[in-house]
Amino acid sequence: MTATDQRSERLLTVEDLAVSYRTRHGAVAAVRDVSLHVDAGETVALVGESGSGKSTTAAAVVRLLAPAARIEGGRIDVLGHDVAHASPRTLQQVRGLLVGLVPQDPTVSLNPVKRVGEQVAEVLRIHGLADRRVAGIEAVEALRRAGLPQPEVRARQYPHELSGGMRQRVLIAIALVARPRLLVADEPTSALDVTVQRQILDHVEELTSETGTGVLLITHDLGVAADRADRIVVMSRGRVVESGTPDEVLGDPREEYTKALLAAAPSLRGARLVHGAPAPAPPALEVRGLVKDYPLPRSGGGGTLRAVDDVSFAVPRGRTLALVGESGSGKSTTARLALRLTDPTSGSVLLDGVDVSATRGSALRALRRRVQVVYQNPYASLDPRWSVQRIVTEPLRAFRVGGRREQATRAAELVDLVALPASVLQRRPAELSGGQRQRVAIARALSVRPEIVVLDEPVSALDVSVQAQILDLLTALQRELGVTYLFISHDLAVVRQVAHEVVVLRDGRVVETGDVEHVFASPQHPYTRELLAAIPGARVRVGAPDAAPDSVPGAVPGAVSGATPSEAPDEGGER
Amino acid sequence: MSTLDSLTTDRGGREPQGFVPTALDPDARADQFATTATDRFADAVAERDGALVRRSVWRSRLDDIVRRPALVLALLWSALVVLAAFAPTVLAPGDPLEGVPADKLQPPSAAHWFGTDQLGRDLYTRVVHGTHLTLEAALVAVAVGLVVGAVVGLVAGFVGGVVDDVAMRVVDVLLSIPALLLSLALITVLGFGTVNVAIAVGLANVASVARIMRSEVLRVRTSVFVEASHAGGSRWWTVLGRHVLPNSIGPVVVLAALELGAAVLAVSSLSFLGYGEPPPAPEWGALVAGGRDYLRTSWWLTTLPGLTIVATVLAAGRISRALDGDPGRAR
Amino acid sequence: MTRYVLRRLGLAVLVLWAAYTVSFLVLYALPGDPVSIMYGGESSDVTPEQLDQLRQQYGLDQPLVVQYLTQLGHALHGDLGTSVVSKQPVTTLLADALPPTLQIAGAALVLAVVAGTTLALVATGTRSRRLSGFLLSLPPLGVAIPSFWLGLTLVQWFSFEIPIFPALGNQGAAAAVLPAITLAVPTSAVIAQMLSRSLLHTLREPYVDTALAKGAGRARVHLRHALRNAALPALTVTGLVVGGLLSGAVVTETVFSRPGIGRLTATSVAAQDIPVVQGVVLVAATVYVLVNLLVDLVYPVLDPRIVTGARSSVSRTTVPATAASTTDDEPGATGSPVDREPVSAGGAR
Repeated sequence: MTATDQRSERLLTVEDLAVSYRTRHGAVAAVRDVSLHVDAGETVALVGESGSGKSTTAAAVVRLLAPAARIEGGRIDVLGHDVAHASPRTLQQVRGLLVGLVPQDPTVSLNPVKRVGEQVAEVLRIHGLADRRVAGIEAVEALRRAGLPQPEVRARQYPHELSGGMRQRVLIAIALVARPRLLVADEPTSALDVTVQRQILDHVEELTSETGTGVLLITHDLGVAADRADRIVVMSRGRVVESGTPDEVLGDPREEYTKALLAAAPSLRGARLVHGAPAPAPPALEVRGLVKDYPLPRSGGGGTLRAVDDVSFAVPRGRTLALVGESGSGKSTTARLALRLTDPTSGSVLLDGVDVSATRGSALRALRRRVQVVYQNPYASLDPRWSVQRIVTEPLRAFRVGGRREQATRAAELVDLVALPASVLQRRPAELSGGQRQRVAIARALSVRPEIVVLDEPVSALDVSVQAQILDLLTALQRELGVTYLFISHDLAVVRQVAHEVVVLRDGRVVETGDVEHVFASPQHPYTRELLAAIPGARVRVGAPDAAPDSVPGAVPGAVSGATPSEAPDEGGER
Repeated sequence: MSTLDSLTTDRGGREPQGFVPTALDPDARADQFATTATDRFADAVAERDGALVRRSVWRSRLDDIVRRPALVLALLWSALVVLAAFAPTVLAPGDPLEGVPADKLQPPSAAHWFGTDQLGRDLYTRVVHGTHLTLEAALVAVAVGLVVGAVVGLVAGFVGGVVDDVAMRVVDVLLSIPALLLSLALITVLGFGTVNVAIAVGLANVASVARIMRSEVLRVRTSVFVEASHAGGSRWWTVLGRHVLPNSIGPVVVLAALELGAAVLAVSSLSFLGYGEPPPAPEWGALVAGGRDYLRTSWWLTTLPGLTIVATVLAAGRISRALDGDPGRAR
Repeated sequence: MTRYVLRRLGLAVLVLWAAYTVSFLVLYALPGDPVSIMYGGESSDVTPEQLDQLRQQYGLDQPLVVQYLTQLGHALHGDLGTSVVSKQPVTTLLADALPPTLQIAGAALVLAVVAGTTLALVATGTRSRRLSGFLLSLPPLGVAIPSFWLGLTLVQWFSFEIPIFPALGNQGAAAAVLPAITLAVPTSAVIAQMLSRSLLHTLREPYVDTALAKGAGRARVHLRHALRNAALPALTVTGLVVGGLLSGAVVTETVFSRPGIGRLTATSVAAQDIPVVQGVVLVAATVYVLVNLLVDLVYPVLDPRIVTGARSSVSRTTVPATAASTTDDEPGATGSPVDREPVSAGGAR
């Protein structure tokens, strides 16, 4: 992206890197034979799923590995410094001064009891680049460059007074204040909303291209990599499986793994899993004028916060309606209201045209049999002490459906339905992978044959390839069982794949609603347009023969195949 | 003697962040295990490599124990203490109250492992037979404290609202009085003796147990799987009994082991002060008190019963930490 | 800020009143007759008529509520009753006993804080696993040693074997050394245990990595970033620690035959002298309340996340970071956390 003459200087060389972790099960190799390099002015994206070793590689570059990790072999060279074997003193010289690091989660990566400006200035103080006064001034300047509005005011604030996006800008200021030659950005935006993600990545690109800083960008999102990188390195199972320019890697992937990953990426594959305009079926679930106020803590001046503000929509039977929005949009609160887990301040919830907003006691419990839920995080939504069999049959016991034997039979049916082997029935959640756990949660929700299932971000805690499998499963189940979905998501790309209708929420209000194909093809509201534009991977989509945003990129061969590289072998193949 | 309440302090008298004891259950532990960055990664890798195969829980637990010699010692010592408490004659067939005046104040020897006291009674026999009194008192104290505290905490945490507010205010007030002083006040009214001491020690601990139980219940109650159970249609008592209680009791069990050590300390302190059984009874604290007058000449009279107490409390603490999944252990 | 201070003061007074009520309930309302407890007993030669007379004299023939209100009224005027044994006003007894106790308790506190903090810092800061392991094994030991036995052992070594310090009494500073050490050992163990755990936890926080990535050295990270954050949870239990010192004085002063609050307590319990025991309980509660008030006032200075208008004392540990998002439970903010830990509702943080 920058002038080619700057590329002559090599900033980072990693050769045959091997890192292992000591665990209860003995040493586990996390990274094996990884080689890569970053030149001045170049952005290299390191892409992979969880467990691929990409974050470990990034941590090794600044030698900030977890205590249990050990570099087993290989070479890491940063501008002539042998980082893999450097003394603590040398490392202190390299860190901050030659290499800046932007960590994963901005909400926990700043010291909570120190002022933001102080934390930026500290870099300069450590390296003796400025005295206290000058460092303070330069810190404000760095914050300004990082795109923080009112940097003078912000510098005197504490991290908890800033939003996630602002905190990430602070961390970028910290990483860049000493003008290092290399920037290592470890999933810098995965904790942020898409629109914020886009702004931040734009900003990093701008700052680094000005100074010719090399960037090692760690990401799980092929779309982000496609948009931002000069070169892409794909990692899987601790090894580099493929590398090259975005056009090479994404346009013509040679390795099966890359192909599968590409096919699974919702922002890139785009293939819609559901079709047809919503039938004129009567709504199974309808909400009218929902409002939910929460009292604010008195310390914040009291008053109330309107989390949901006059939201109305109807979900036709057997179809999927998606509620889309960023954090704070009120989409999860709306879901809880629809589930009758929370009482609305005003408005009503209708099931089959019957108002159930005031239902209580045993009638409410009867209602629960008709409306079930799948939560975002399968690591939290299953009781860790229970076996899978007990988990999936819990609603059956709650509603006294069948005897012990029938329940056991149903449990076997259910795990088969969600494509899990029968052997999982006796296992506990801790023994399952994330994708398997989510399948268990889906099986539990389906056990009492509900009419409606509320899916609260059902795939956002999962790896892309697992995401794709779960989405396929959900749509297949809908076809098979005719169940109605209320699908909550922050990810427009996912929504486009699985939903028939979409409701876009912002600050608790509905900004746009309609048929998915229609909304995606010609968004009316500027916010919807902004959301759509922020979906990463535009470069690949635009580069593809068929450039329309809602079509399958022609460069991507094949649909979802059975190749699911990152999941355990017993994950259960897709049909 | 501040140890009694300091122990409970450490367990979260005020619930400092990061001190919530981890659960006892191996699976829950595996889950928490998975929350630190490294281990999560290692888990992912292990899962990927198929290394996370199902192993016998007991087998792996046994492996874990054997690899920790201090824990093995602690378990062996505890077994000895329990044996001494329930079958003292197996370890010391002699009479703890009958002395041979000619053999008075003998230093430790092959005949008298712990030496003899001023009346020529065998100190080892007295320590062994005193175990019963001390351990029984400690067990009663822990039972009283745990049962009352756990019920209060469970109700406060699950019911919430006004009940919670009132219960926790009372707990706050009780915590403002050091546990030992509270025990002393209770003893003043209840009178002396092993049972009264035990009850006093137990009641003095109700507040801290209630606190921990409540915070655990709150943690579990607000967890997603509990909401999932509600949303799935389960009745509230099913949720309480099947999800909340089993998942929040773990830390209380960990606490029980720790509290047992603390109770041994508290009980023997009170018996040292003379509020336990009257003299010839060989309570551990009273044994140390009895040796006080011979400190200059007969070191064993205070040192050996004292070491017995130290070893017992240490063992309880070690076991408690093992139950807690050894939070401090480098992984 | 003024509102915050006033709130804290009000709460402190409330806790004190409640502690008074609890001690009253324990000592007067539990089944049992205070007068016969105090004056009766088998060895006593007090006749039933005399007991009735005493009851009248102390107002103990009145209904419990009347007794409570009368006593509370007196207490508010600084009258905590009269000792049954010495016939002296309880306030006088307490005032006489307090200074020597404060002397050793104060010394013990300083000792404990210095020793405990040093141990925690060295144990978590050293590169040597062996040293760290050794140091971390000390606090459990310190907590497990009964202080009566520790006191006696110290006397045996440092008064008899090597006569450096006097074994008994309260003459001069030398006599305070062994009692202060006896009191300090369990307290420092608790401080060391809390602080080192807290430090180990804090050192795993991502912001520590951020600091390291800036090029900060180990010492800087430890002292400037981790210590302050780690000290916060430890600070909240200062009240309990100081209260522990007071109750530790009961045993320590008995072992060393020192006059003081502890000794007064021990003898009063032995004599079942209810008014004095209640006085001691009140002193302990007062100390606890004062220390906590101090901590509450200092805390916002150390932790900017505390909103000084916050409403309850327990909210302290829950306020940080999450406060902003408690009103909406959007999981969207976490995006797609590949390679990130699944953030659970009751997370370890």
